[in-house]
Amino acid sequence: MQIDKIENGIVLDHIKAGQGMELYRILGLDALDCQVALIKNAESGKMGKKDIIKVDRMIDVNLDAIGYVDPNITVNIIKNGRREKVEHIGLPDEIVDIIKCKNPRCITTTEQELPHVFRLTDQENRVYRCIYCESKAK
Amino acid sequence: MKHLIDIMEMSVEEIGQLIETANDIIANPAKYAQKCKGKKLATLFFEPSTRTRLSFEAAMYELGGNVLGFSEAQSSSAAKGESVSDTIRTVGAYADIIAMRHPKEGAPMVASRKSIVPIINAGDGGHNHPTQTLTDLLTISREKGGFNDLTIGLCGDLKFGRTVHSLISAMSRYEKVRFVLISPDELKIPEYLKHEVLDKKDLEYMETADLEAAMPQLDILYMTRVQKERFFNEQDYMRLKDSYILTPDKLRNAKQDLSILHPLPRVNEISIAVDDDPRATYFEQVRNGKFIRMALILKLLEVK
Repeated sequence: MQIDKIENGIVLDHIKAGQGMELYRILGLDALDCQVALIKNAESGKMGKKDIIKVDRMIDVNLDAIGYVDPNITVNIIKNGRREKVEHIGLPDEIVDIIKCKNPRCITTTEQELPHVFRLTDQENRVYRCIYCESKAK
Repeated sequence: MKHLIDIMEMSVEEIGQLIETANDIIANPAKYAQKCKGKKLATLFFEPSTRTRLSFEAAMYELGGNVLGFSEAQSSSAAKGESVSDTIRTVGAYADIIAMRHPKEGAPMVASRKSIVPIINAGDGGHNHPTQTLTDLLTISREKGGFNDLTIGLCGDLKFGRTVHSLISAMSRYEKVRFVLISPDELKIPEYLKHEVLDKKDLEYMETADLEAAMPQLDILYMTRVQKERFFNEQDYMRLKDSYILTPDKLRNAKQDLSILHPLPRVNEISIAVDDDPRATYFEQVRNGKFIRMALILKLLEVK
């Protein structure tokens, strides 16, 4: 399958196979009116299979959201057809309004305008907890 | 300005200082009788509570201060849909310090971010209840002369019991503390507490369903109530509510210097016959609750 090279935009590479759609949704890429390609199960020397997302426009991507989904994803900034910058993400310490707290007893269920903030509490097991009720992110 | 939202925000040294102040208040109450003259405590109880609210109010009165507030959400503007943040900003214009209980977990933290006066979390749902933990710590310290080298049995609802979770976290910072976790399978302590507190700090603990077998090794027995309000399902509550009932007979093999604690209220998990046993410390614990709250109010108001 051939997907055209992009001139100016962003390529999210090394997405764990199967997680591309989640990332697409979290980053709100469905709202863009430019060309966006989500490639599932692309062949990868290192990973066997991987997902890739190509966005044919320079947009501000939420690096924390990407790091939360998978800290091993690389973000390639493409300018004039050339890869200008590669960002390696890592796990963010805190994520804001990327996921919602599912605990029905959490204050965020009644105070609608509160930001949903989760903090990394266990790096090894990638555990994020709601800063209000300390429930684990699901 | 400081708030008290979670007991783990307080260092071991700060807790030590509070206990020292509380002990001094117990020894010299007259010295503290006017310390908060002209100051007002607001008790905002969006969820009913007898002991905690009265304890805060008694604490402020004994410091010479005044109290205002409400004892249920229905009599506050929350019933009209006001947000926690707005209520707190409003009350901050009237009071010097606020003690707040709320059924939603994290509500006091939200309040503390908007408040211009110190906020004390007086319980947020099944989450935190730091002044109960301070009460427990003062009681343990007074009974045992400190916190190190103790075997603490926690019995009953270890899954939903917020006082148990906070006490385990708080005690985990002292030397050679061992925990015996006594509960039915369905009410064991959450896995995250085991992993993120007990295992991480390499603390000695055992889980058992047998209260009597665990009894002889305990220095402290912390009994808890199986709380109806923490269950979504009435059937589960009915099945588990009588899991552990402490009777004089079960204390047969207990140490002579065991201290029996309970955050109260009890339903039937400690038989009334145990009340006369010199090892029953739970009513003393209630008294300590007032003194440690007095110490806390002084600290947060920065009254010397």
